[in-house]
Amino acid sequence: MAILIDERTKVVVAGLTGSEGTFHSLRNRSYGTKVVAGVTPGKGGQDVEGIPVFDTVDDAVAETGANTSLVFVPARFAAEAIYEAADAELDLIVCITEGIPVRDMAQVTSYLRGTSVALVGPNCPGVISPGRCNVGIIPGEICASGRVGLVSRSGTLTYQIVHELTQRGIGQSTCVGMGGDPVHGIGFIDSLQRFEADPDTDLVVMIGEIGGDDEERAAAFIDDWITKPVVTYIAGFTAPPGRRMGHAGAIITGSSGTAQAKAEALEAAGVRGGRTPTEVAELVAAALA
Amino acid sequence: MDLFEHQGKDLFAQHGIALAEREVASTPQEAAAAAERLGGHAAVKVQVQAGGRGKGGGVALVHSPQEAADEARRMLGEGFKGTKVTRVLVERLVDIAAQYYAAISLDRSVGKYLALVSNEGGVDIEETARTNPDAIRRLHVDAVLGLRPYQARRLVGHLPPQAREGSADLLRKMYSVLAEADATLIEVNPFVQLTDGTVMALDAKVTVDDNALFRQPEVAALKDSFPIDPVEKRAKDAGLQYVKLEGEVGIIGNGAGLVMSTLDVVQQAGAGAANFLDVGGGARADLIATSLEVILSDPSVKSVLINIFGGITRCDLVAKGVLEALSRITPQVPIVVRLDGTNAEEGRRILTDAANPHIVSAATMLEAARKAADLAHGKAA
Repeated sequence: MAILIDERTKVVVAGLTGSEGTFHSLRNRSYGTKVVAGVTPGKGGQDVEGIPVFDTVDDAVAETGANTSLVFVPARFAAEAIYEAADAELDLIVCITEGIPVRDMAQVTSYLRGTSVALVGPNCPGVISPGRCNVGIIPGEICASGRVGLVSRSGTLTYQIVHELTQRGIGQSTCVGMGGDPVHGIGFIDSLQRFEADPDTDLVVMIGEIGGDDEERAAAFIDDWITKPVVTYIAGFTAPPGRRMGHAGAIITGSSGTAQAKAEALEAAGVRGGRTPTEVAELVAAALA
Repeated sequence: MDLFEHQGKDLFAQHGIALAEREVASTPQEAAAAAERLGGHAAVKVQVQAGGRGKGGGVALVHSPQEAADEARRMLGEGFKGTKVTRVLVERLVDIAAQYYAAISLDRSVGKYLALVSNEGGVDIEETARTNPDAIRRLHVDAVLGLRPYQARRLVGHLPPQAREGSADLLRKMYSVLAEADATLIEVNPFVQLTDGTVMALDAKVTVDDNALFRQPEVAALKDSFPIDPVEKRAKDAGLQYVKLEGEVGIIGNGAGLVMSTLDVVQQAGAGAANFLDVGGGARADLIATSLEVILSDPSVKSVLINIFGGITRCDLVAKGVLEALSRITPQVPIVVRLDGTNAEEGRRILTDAANPHIVSAATMLEAARKAADLAHGKAA
């Protein structure tokens, strides 16, 4: 077991024919992922290194049985690609694209509430279940299969911490790069819930950063519902406070969004936190020992 | 992107929101002439991309063109909370009967907008939220449905009856500004009802989503009016995320999270970061070279730390970029380089082969931070 993706995952890539799309889809395929189709309007009938390209997601699903969409299209077309994948009734959409207008994402979020599809991202590195399936741009070679689940708002920081874990011989069940955009799909709470239910995950690493109140809400959720150990890392203790325009933001969240506030909320929920990526790996090793 | 008040008000005007008559002035003389045209009694307001102007001395009520000139001279000369002030807004004084507060903002936790209306305006709204939360009505607005008329009526239901219709109308117009300009925040503190019944916005705080600027060309064009540090401008033009900080270790990294983490680790090693610089994903050699030039142009930098974890970014190209930069400029400070991830071994080999005396290699992020901190303080690494 793992969460979100495994050997049954069949990927259709939106934007397969673009340079990023081609490069990473082929990397995913050589990792062992079933990359079964691509979609580029007007290029139906072509192929990329043997991966057939279709004009629509519906065509791709009908022909290949794809159940997961990987989105690489430019920001201005990304919302469209997500709607199309949702309407084709896929199980999961992983959107790597960065720079999507937040209004588009607010509308996407509203639309997806009425569907059963799960969204990861946007502006994220994707999801990997090491040894089984890799959907996105996380370098497979830094991961190892194992029993630690990981969920993160940051891309390269995820790599850093996964790397530290793998070097200590600690493998991962699934790593979820949830992305750093203000409005996003699956977050900490959804991932924690899935890891809690996954019999092959023993411990969860949660990587947050300044801004918003995802970490504070996750802390409350962990306190109430999560029995497995959780280790966290928060980036941005020394980041300068952003210039604040209005006051509405602080009233909405009731949180300052600082690393300090997040760390305190997590500590109050009994969650251990590392001060450096290295210390996170040490805490995980100690907890599993 | 945060707009100046006068720019926000221009957007408001396009959507039919009632505003006081106003003029922008960039010299005391212009402020005096504007006050003269506006009847002598005016508010002079600093134009900065920040809030808290009322409490911070950024708004002055004047009763003659001479006073307007004096206040404008003070504001333009002193700046506001450390920010340079290049212009003030001179606005005709109006007869206020009552003051209120309204805002529509993105609520990231639910992916909807949140509209807020307070029957106490012109005061610190965060204070009101703490001491008198019942003064604030709030409700979520779905981004597909938009602000519905019944929602606007509910939001203003605690205002005096004579203010409700005009206030609901203002809210609907604020939402149309938000939706059409891709704003993530519209805040009006205060909006007022005049003695003649008119509901008017006396303030305009507008933040526009940077990701949407590609489809907001008019708003994007306003960028040129914002003050920017020359080093930051150079970085921005090259597509780098750069923020100047107070410390002595120059930082280059890839990905905002890793760079923030690097700043934290450098501080734990006993030094301070001189900047935040994110080269982004897939950075190529020339971008790394430009980054290094930007960092080395800062005289407060005593050592440099390059911390790269390659995903999309290829470490061999990073190494080539470092060498390219060093072929153009001779640094006065040591450069600690730590490479991991995609093509890291090749990158490390390129740097070892070059044997450049300015480059200090490090195997891990912690080691790199300690070396950079020690070198910045004149100790051997």
